[in-house]
Amino acid sequence: MTNQAGRFGVHGGQYIPETLMNAVIELEKAYNFYKNDPQFNAELETLFNEYANRPSRLYYAEKLSRDLGGAKIYLKREDLNHTGAHKINNVLGQALLAKKMGKTRLIAETGAGQHGVATATAAALMGMECVVFMGEEDTKRQALNVYRMRLLGSEVIPVTSGTATLKDAVSEAMREWTNRIDDTHYCLGSVMGPHPFPTIVRDFQAVISKEIRAQIMEKEGRLPDVVMACVGGGSNAIGTFYHFIPDTGVRLIGCEAAGRGIDTFETAATINTGKLGIFHGMKSYFCQDEYGQIAPVYSISAGLDYPGIGPEHAHLHDIGRAEYVPVTDEEAVNAFEYLSRTEGIIPAIESAHAIAHAMKIAPQMDKDKIIVVTVSGRGDKDCAAIARYRGEDIHE
Amino acid sequence: MSKIQEAFSSGKAFIPFITCGDPDLETTGKIVRAMAEAGADLIELGIPFSDPTAEGPVIQGANIRALSGGVTTDKIFDFVRVLRKDVTVPLVFMTYANVVFSYGIERFAEMCAEVGIDGLILPDVPHEEKEEFAPAFRQRGIDFISLIAPTSQNRIAEIAADAEGFLYLVSSLGVTGERAELNHNLSTIVTEIRKHTQIPVAVGFGISNPEQAAEMAGLSDGVIVGSAIVKRIGKHGREAAPEVAAFVTEMKRACTGV
Repeated sequence: MTNQAGRFGVHGGQYIPETLMNAVIELEKAYNFYKNDPQFNAELETLFNEYANRPSRLYYAEKLSRDLGGAKIYLKREDLNHTGAHKINNVLGQALLAKKMGKTRLIAETGAGQHGVATATAAALMGMECVVFMGEEDTKRQALNVYRMRLLGSEVIPVTSGTATLKDAVSEAMREWTNRIDDTHYCLGSVMGPHPFPTIVRDFQAVISKEIRAQIMEKEGRLPDVVMACVGGGSNAIGTFYHFIPDTGVRLIGCEAAGRGIDTFETAATINTGKLGIFHGMKSYFCQDEYGQIAPVYSISAGLDYPGIGPEHAHLHDIGRAEYVPVTDEEAVNAFEYLSRTEGIIPAIESAHAIAHAMKIAPQMDKDKIIVVTVSGRGDKDCAAIARYRGEDIHE
Repeated sequence: MSKIQEAFSSGKAFIPFITCGDPDLETTGKIVRAMAEAGADLIELGIPFSDPTAEGPVIQGANIRALSGGVTTDKIFDFVRVLRKDVTVPLVFMTYANVVFSYGIERFAEMCAEVGIDGLILPDVPHEEKEEFAPAFRQRGIDFISLIAPTSQNRIAEIAADAEGFLYLVSSLGVTGERAELNHNLSTIVTEIRKHTQIPVAVGFGISNPEQAAEMAGLSDGVIVGSAIVKRIGKHGREAAPEVAAFVTEMKRACTGV
């Protein structure tokens, strides 16, 4: 008889040290109260609209659609949010919740730095202390974001354990949380970790699909045929899918980072190469060896460079409601350049994984079909790395 | 009474922890035998995991050394099978949920029974998730050991009532590793535990010297020491057995107040 709290099919659960159990129980209680509290929701909506620049635009990419010669492509412009990515949606929600719970300090993990920057931003706004854990490898790949977080008043701790990337930053943030719980909220950045995080983060990100639905009904008078997004832990993807899950006529596609390819060891495509396991507080799919040792994963994108996927995605995969496709570094970089040239929009390299798959499927679809792709973040942070990928030696 | 509970029957228990395969299994074997001879009442054997989220830097280092030395769960089962030919002290595995889950819970429990393991500690499996794992071990007479932390509060009654083998009382917040200061309010927690169970309570996390061991043994039934031993293995490598044995002798003496 397994605990059913926070299960998505067999996935999810609360596989964490006893030291943290009362903290997650307290968080769940607080969330269950505040999610129905009109005052909390009014405050959050004001933050979303006045501070984070919501609702984000649903932009008809006419030139892109024409060039690909198939389905109409709409871009959900999460890159235009304050701090430049979808991460701010979740962070404003969690920071407000933490504040209501009487917490004065936020800790967070970050991969590409987007979630770290968003958390540092919310902490500055709400007058909270903030410490961000970032893999040392990523602090080099994303030096500008490290500077940003420090500028915003946060402490950034480079993590040297393990592979010194996102998974190790999560481990280190969890370790820090067991060390200091009373005044500290762990502001987890994706739909992962122990219950209630996958649910809380999903609910705060669900604003994306709520808006898409209303916007596409206004522009097209009907639901889209496909909605798609990139998937690491999967927060922008679940946000993009959520309000379409009951509409079985809408195909949901998550684009995983295949790195150098799913037939190589240098990949982070969890659904395509992982198996069922338990890690970072949850049961889900993970890249691992035959003895359950977590595999070192690889992607050009620091934000998708994670060996697991959120439990709700694992479940949507199991029941066949969503598809998860691998996209390589090379395809993502091509899409990064292509969207920049055709639409004048530089997407985050994470989001470029979704654009890359849209480039594959749109030409095969009729012109009256509609695809919505979430551009989860802006690509300024990636320019130096992509230039280096193409053999140009620029540094920030 | 389980074999683990017997380990507590002759006074305060001293329970050392080491990571299997750090730096290799041959050394682990020497250290286990030396610790048993030096008076260890029960030994925790760590099966290394790539991402041990409850461990501080010292035991993380041991996990990395062991895994890069090529140790696997199967090699550890083979190792324990050989060890059991002459080592009678109760042995408990300490590892992470995914190591057991990926091996197959039933298959892992069967192997534990076959090679002579007496208990299992999974620090990332709290009470809420225990029943996914515990039955496979329980039916083979292997204790699934629960942890209680300084933050457990209202959870103590339920955890203690279901406890098997011994209760692992986490001394303080945070991960494993030596601490200058231990939590001095543990006796309140022990009193609370005693209302719900008679099984032994052993305190672990942060204990690194005889003074601390004596203090913790004074308010519980036993003391668990990991990082302070693993640090010695990290320093002395393949030659660590005599050094570790001397430390175990000293700590056991401190626990029993001799």
